[in-house]
Amino acid sequence: MATLEIRDLHVTVEADNATKEILKGVDLTVKQGETHAIMGPNGSGKSTLAYSLAGHPKYTITGGTVTLDGEDVLEMSVDERARAGLFLAMQYPVEVPGVSVSNFLRTSATAVRGEAPKLRTWVKEVKETMERLSMDPSFAERNVNEGFSGGEKKRHEILQLELLKPKVAILDETDSGLDVDALRIVSEGVNRVRESGEVGTLLITHYTRILRYIKPDFVHVFSGGRIVESGGAELADKLENEGYEAYVKGGASA
Amino acid sequence: MAEAQNSPALNSVRAGGPPPVGSTTTGQIAVAAESTVATRMSAPPSFDVADFPVPHGREEEWRFTPLERLRGLHDGTAVATGDGLKVDVQAPEGVIVETVGRDDARIGRAGTPVDRVAAQAYSAFEKAGVVTVPKETVLTEPIRIVVHGEGGVAYGHQVIELGAFAEAVVVIDHTGDAVLAANVDYLLGDGAKLTVVSVQDWDDKAVHVGQHNALIGRDATFKSFVVTFGGDLVRLHPRVAYAGTGGEAELFGLYFTDSGQHQEHRLLVDHNTPHCKSNVAYKGALQGESAHAVWIGDVLIEARAEGTDTYEMNRNLVLTDGARVDSVPNLEIETGEIVGAGHASATGRFDDEQLFYLMARGIPEHEARRLVVRGFFAELVQQIGVEDIEERLIAKIEEELEASVA
Repeated sequence: MATLEIRDLHVTVEADNATKEILKGVDLTVKQGETHAIMGPNGSGKSTLAYSLAGHPKYTITGGTVTLDGEDVLEMSVDERARAGLFLAMQYPVEVPGVSVSNFLRTSATAVRGEAPKLRTWVKEVKETMERLSMDPSFAERNVNEGFSGGEKKRHEILQLELLKPKVAILDETDSGLDVDALRIVSEGVNRVRESGEVGTLLITHYTRILRYIKPDFVHVFSGGRIVESGGAELADKLENEGYEAYVKGGASA
Repeated sequence: MAEAQNSPALNSVRAGGPPPVGSTTTGQIAVAAESTVATRMSAPPSFDVADFPVPHGREEEWRFTPLERLRGLHDGTAVATGDGLKVDVQAPEGVIVETVGRDDARIGRAGTPVDRVAAQAYSAFEKAGVVTVPKETVLTEPIRIVVHGEGGVAYGHQVIELGAFAEAVVVIDHTGDAVLAANVDYLLGDGAKLTVVSVQDWDDKAVHVGQHNALIGRDATFKSFVVTFGGDLVRLHPRVAYAGTGGEAELFGLYFTDSGQHQEHRLLVDHNTPHCKSNVAYKGALQGESAHAVWIGDVLIEARAEGTDTYEMNRNLVLTDGARVDSVPNLEIETGEIVGAGHASATGRFDDEQLFYLMARGIPEHEARRLVVRGFFAELVQQIGVEDIEERLIAKIEEELEASVA
């Protein structure tokens, strides 16, 4: 069973000629089949956690460990992490001009699966997945994220999630900027992947709204660069009613 | 694509009714009675090298070019070495291949040299090549002109003439090492269709400067691909004018500028005749320290050229730090009675965020670069329509990329 283990993770970022510590000792274990929601105010370091796990060069790991099934994730390059089974659905997916979605998906699937998918089954697989995400077939011929609306970008991220079938999926504010219909479509996509029971999900969000569609097993409150409280789904209800004020104060004084 | 600082994201102007207004940091739209395209040259066109002063580098037409790397082509010190260049013409049946003297009437009909090196080439060549496709002859196989440099200095002139309603594909292939100044004339009879692919696949040290003039007959179609990969310095002037109404020109270009290379393409489409079309699309990728690409796109719509339809575009993809692009579209419109006129120029970076995104989907770094560059060039390569050339270009692009990864 796939397990992502984060132990005492410290991360810094260079900004304005100064080194700033963003993550200050994160501990978290995500097992296959589990869904963890990480909730927190803006600037608490949630996205830094997501990008650090994926290996973005902007972030420097200064302490702690991250392992996936015992393998040292921090030693891996960005593409090796993806092939090992980590997937990051990005808050701001990047435009890649000149590369069509279909070419991109196939290249990516070939890399992650270790062999080129058989053309006939692949075309069918992509088409059906796109249909379920209410994506027009013409989408496949457009350039990656180029001119996509906010909702289209998020659907495209979930399309990749469904096709790449990672061991651990990190969804970085996938809900932000989506209207209710798009949120429902995207959440259904995530739920299809979760229902397989083969993926551990780390759902990073500012709002409780998405948790109406995707039921977490665990909720963690993130503030000041670490997890300050953990609980079950009921913790989200508390945050819904009371907001982050209590945690922000605590984080600031810490 | 992230837009680089030296170019506008996209600027496009459509004219048709009132005169267009506005300009950008690199593009210019001029609406003038007197042509700035003509007046900003330091001397009027001439076949005689003596009519051009030796450039010192500050002239408008020379300001991007490192003169010291021209190896004397610009100041008269480069003396032809005799057997420095081999030219081999492979032509299918029905094509007339000749070598002619300087006094042949077909030479220079398509256009007059516009700068000192083009005039130097014209003044210095001894024999010219002439390839003629007689009227109504439709070729099914390309004509191939293989130009191979063997380390010398050479001046040359080539004429390619298609009679009325003739159709041909010509591939001019430049390889090896040379210091070459050579002009090419394309003469298209009425209704003729000519596709030309000029490949500059020189060795690293080569210097190649030339002017390519096309004179497009009534209802004729000229399609040109200028593909520049190699050389230390390549500077070409593809130019088009029309001899009758209904002519169409498509000028496509691809360049892959590596560390230390200077590749310069200076285009002019002279809409001197009513109801003609032109479409210009040049794309370049750059990588490495001091890679320098220059693209000048001049389109002139003369007062008499009513019904003109023109568009020009230049795109650059900067793959690494240290490369430089100068992209200057210039559209000059002397009549408002046209179908359309527009231009666009954009220079983007293949940046770390794009790389991260592709790698975060399991794609290794070199594969990610390949994906982006192949995609960037694909739409132009696919239009060539000569299969072995398309395959060779794709292979060449891969090779350039491999070199960059190594």
